[in-house]
Amino acid sequence: MKASGAKERSYDVAVVGAGVVGAAIARELSRFDLRTVVLEAADDVGTGTTKANTAIRHTGFDAKPGSLEATLLRRAYPLLEDYAARVGIPVETTGALVVAWDAEQLGRLDALAARAKENGCGDVHPVTVDELYAAEPHLGPGALGGLAVPGEGIMCPFTTPLAFATEAVANGVRLELSSPVESVEHLGDEHVLVTPRGAIRARWVVNAAGLHSDTLDRMTGHDGFTVRPRRGQLIVFDKLARRLVSSILLPVPTPVSKGVLVAPTVFGNVLLGPTAEDLDDRSATETTHEGLSDLRAKGRVVLPELLEEEVTATYAGLRAATEHADYQIACDPAARYVRAGGIRSTGLSASMGIAAYVVDLLADAGLELAPAATHHEVHMPPIGESQLRPFRDPRAIAGDPAYGEIVCHCERVTRGELRDALAAPLPARSAEGLRRRTRAGLGRCQGFYCSATIAAMLAGTAADRGGPERTGSGGVPVTGARIR
Amino acid sequence: MTDDASPGPGSQPGPSPAEVRRVDVLVVGGGPSGLAAAVELRRAGASVAVVEREAALGGIPRHTAHTGYGLRDLHRVLSGPTYAARYASLAERAGVDLCVSTSAVEWSGEGDVVTTSPTGMARWAARAVLLATGCRERPRTARLVPGDRPEGVLTTGSLQQRTELFGLPVGERAVVVGAEHVSFSAVHTLRRHGVSVAAVVTDLPRSQTYAALRAATAARVPLHTASEVAAIRGKGRVRAVEVRHRPTGARETIPCDTVVFTGDWVPDHELARRRPLAFAGPHPRVDQALRTSRRGVFACGNLVHAAEPADVCALGGRHAARSVLGYLETGAWPEDGVDLLAAAPLAWVHPARLTSTSERPARGRLLTRVRQFTGAGTLTLVQAGRVLHAEGRRGLVPNRSIPLAAGALETVELDAGPVELVWRGAGPAKMAP
Repeated sequence: MKASGAKERSYDVAVVGAGVVGAAIARELSRFDLRTVVLEAADDVGTGTTKANTAIRHTGFDAKPGSLEATLLRRAYPLLEDYAARVGIPVETTGALVVAWDAEQLGRLDALAARAKENGCGDVHPVTVDELYAAEPHLGPGALGGLAVPGEGIMCPFTTPLAFATEAVANGVRLELSSPVESVEHLGDEHVLVTPRGAIRARWVVNAAGLHSDTLDRMTGHDGFTVRPRRGQLIVFDKLARRLVSSILLPVPTPVSKGVLVAPTVFGNVLLGPTAEDLDDRSATETTHEGLSDLRAKGRVVLPELLEEEVTATYAGLRAATEHADYQIACDPAARYVRAGGIRSTGLSASMGIAAYVVDLLADAGLELAPAATHHEVHMPPIGESQLRPFRDPRAIAGDPAYGEIVCHCERVTRGELRDALAAPLPARSAEGLRRRTRAGLGRCQGFYCSATIAAMLAGTAADRGGPERTGSGGVPVTGARIR
Repeated sequence: MTDDASPGPGSQPGPSPAEVRRVDVLVVGGGPSGLAAAVELRRAGASVAVVEREAALGGIPRHTAHTGYGLRDLHRVLSGPTYAARYASLAERAGVDLCVSTSAVEWSGEGDVVTTSPTGMARWAARAVLLATGCRERPRTARLVPGDRPEGVLTTGSLQQRTELFGLPVGERAVVVGAEHVSFSAVHTLRRHGVSVAAVVTDLPRSQTYAALRAATAARVPLHTASEVAAIRGKGRVRAVEVRHRPTGARETIPCDTVVFTGDWVPDHELARRRPLAFAGPHPRVDQALRTSRRGVFACGNLVHAAEPADVCALGGRHAARSVLGYLETGAWPEDGVDLLAAAPLAWVHPARLTSTSERPARGRLLTRVRQFTGAGTLTLVQAGRVLHAEGRRGLVPNRSIPLAAGALETVELDAGPVELVWRGAGPAKMAP
C-alpha cells in the first residue's frame, strides 16, 4: 500500500539519512508498493558527506578485489550510466591517469594494473612518460610513468542525491527533513523512531545515516562499527583553469588513502584534494591553513600552472571511515534492520549499487516487494558544462524570457533557473540550497554581483510561503526538476 | 597567462542565433568607462551599442551611496547612484543602443559577439569592440581564508547592493577586512544601516586611506594592522573571526555575524582570457591608446587598471573613444612597440605598452600601484639604462592610485627594448604616524 496521505505515520520502511546513499535506497524502494519514509536530520538532502567530496565517478579499479566496495562499485557503474543519461545528471567520462612520481610508485603500477583487471577494469593500461605529457601537456615535470583508467569520470554531487530524492518523493515516499532520530524504541513488531518533530513507526529500518550511522546502529541494539570521521579539504579553481587538465590526475594510491588528486569538475572548474585527516569531531567541516597549504604544495607538483589561477571555493567534508576497510552493509532479519554504513569515500559512485544490494537484502529477509502500479521518472535541470544550459538555449529563452536573464554571471545562472529551484518538488530553502541546485554564487566572484539579487529572491519566496518551509511534501509536479 | 580555446561556461553550444546586428562599435560593459566611451563615439557619428549584463546601467556607482563622484569628468560632485543615472541618461540622449540584462556569452576575439538576454540570443558584428567589463573585489575563497563556510561573508559590492538596491538587512556586528578607500566605504555603509563595526583588519602596517576619510567613517573602530583573518567560525551564520597578528602570531577572536572582504581588486577579464589577448600582470595589455593585442579590440576602465575612481574610468572611456574613432577612420593598427614594465615593489603600470611616442595616454598620465608602504624615493622611467624621467615622492601607499606624468614617453625609442618603471628608495621607511 502506498502512503495514503501526509498524516500517515506508520510505514513499511524508514530510511534514516537522505545523503546520496539514503536517497538512492529511497528511490529504489519507491519502485515497489511500499509505504516508505526518509528521515533526514538536516533541512535538505545531500548536505553531509555527499556534498563535500571529490565528485569522482569511480570504477573501483583500485578497490580490494572481492570486497563489497569493489562489487557494488561495479554493479553501480552501468546503473548510473543509464540513469544519469535519462534523468539529466551531469556525468563526464574523462578517464583518469594514475601518475607515478618516483621509482617506488612506478614499481607499484603493475600490481595496480593487475588489481584493476581483477576488478573487471580490463581497459586499464600502462602509459609511457611521453604519452602522459602528450595527454596532459601542463603536467608538472618529473612524472615517470602511469596507468590510464578510461572508465573513471566526474559527476555532479548535488544533482545526484536530488534526483534520487525527487524521484522517490514523486512516487509517494515521504521525506521528513529536520528530523534527526533521537532514539529508537519498539512497539509490537514496529520500530518507533523518535524525532524532535514527532515519532514515526516503521516495520523495517534502513540505516543510511552516514557519519552518524554507528550511533543509529547502537540505538537499534547493534554494535557493528565506530565511525572515525576522516576530513578531506578541497580547493576548487576558477573555470579559467579548466584548459590545464583534461582527465583526472591520480597519485598512486597507498593502502591508507587514495591521495591528493587534480580533476576537472562537471561545472568546468578544477578541483584539488582531498586531505585525509582522522578526527574525532563529527562537525569539524572547517578548512585549515595547514590543510590548504599542504594541498597547494601537492598541486604545484602535479599541475604547477593551476596555482596561478584564482580559487573559487575551499571546503571540507568528512568521510564516514570506520575501523573496517570495507563498507558495513548487513541485514538483521530478526530485527528487521539493514545497516548501510561505513561508506568511506566512494558512496556517490556506488550509491545505485548499494541501493540495489540493500533492496536485495530486504527481499531476502522477507520484505514483500510488489512492483508499484505506476512509476514516475524525473528530469533534472541541466547545470553541467556538457549539457545545454538555458542561457545558451534560444528555444528555452523564447519560451520563457526568464531563462535569458542571467543573474549569476560567473556561473551563468538565469532568473528562470533560480525561480524553478525555489519552486521545485524539493525546493531550495536557503542560499546554500540554491547554490547546490543552480550553482548561483559559486563562481569566481562569490556573489559580488549576484548575492544581493539572490537574497532578495529568497526573501520574496520565504515571504510568499509565510516563512521558510520546513517539511518535505509529496510529489507535486512543478518546474525545475520535472516529473514525467 | 595563455588563452583558452573553449567558448566558456555552459560550453555545450546551442543553436546559433540567426539575426546579426551590425554596429560600428560594440561596448561590453555599461559602467562609467563604457558609457562615457559610447557617448563620445555616438556624438562623433559612430553607431554604438552597449551590452550591460546587469538590469541597470551605471556599474558600481549604482550602489555606492556616498558622494564624491563626477569631479574630474563632469565637474560637479554627485552621489554614486546620481552619477550612474547621469551617464545612463547621457548615453540615452546621445542615441546609443543600450541593451541591459544582456550578457556577452561568446566572443570570436574579433568583432563577432554572441549575447543572451531575456529577449533572446543575438549575434553582433562590430567593426570595433571595446571591453569595459570593470573589476570586482577578491572574495574570501580566493584569499584562501580558512575556517567554516557560514552565511554572512560579503564583499563591499554585495553589501552595498543589499543595502542600496534591495533594502535587505545585513547583520548586527561586522568585521571589515582591508583598510583601503573602499574598506571605509563599507564601514560607512554598515554603520549607516545600524551594523556596528567591531574591527577593521589589514595585513599592512597601517591604513591606506586618507586620515580624514577614516576619521569620518570609522571613528572609534579598532584598526588591527599587520593582521590577517586566520579563520572564520560559525555553522550556518558567522559567529566570530579569528584575527592573527602577523609579527607576534597572537590570535584574537572577535565575535561578529558579518565579515566584509573589501578591495584587493581583480579585473573582470574572462572575455579577454577566453580569447588570446596578451596580458600584463592581471590586466589585458593595452597601449597608450587603449588598444589590446588584437586588431580592432580596445579595453578601458578598471578592466585595465583595477581599481581607479569612476571619473578616471570615464575619462579613460573618452580616451578610448577617440582611439576607436581613429581606427574606424584609418584602419591603422600599430603592431610594433615596447612594453612598459613595473619593477617590484611596484605591482603594475598602466598603460603596459607604448606603440607611438606622439600619442599620449589618458589624462597624460601613467598609473601605477605599489605592493607595500615605502619611504621617500623616486619613480624613475628607464629604457636600456637611460633614465627618461624621475619624479620624487615622499612615500608610496599601497592600494592607492599613483599617477605619474607621461610626457617623458615622447623620448622613448620604440626599437630599444622595454621601458621599466622603477622605484628607487631614499633612506629608511617613514614610520607609521
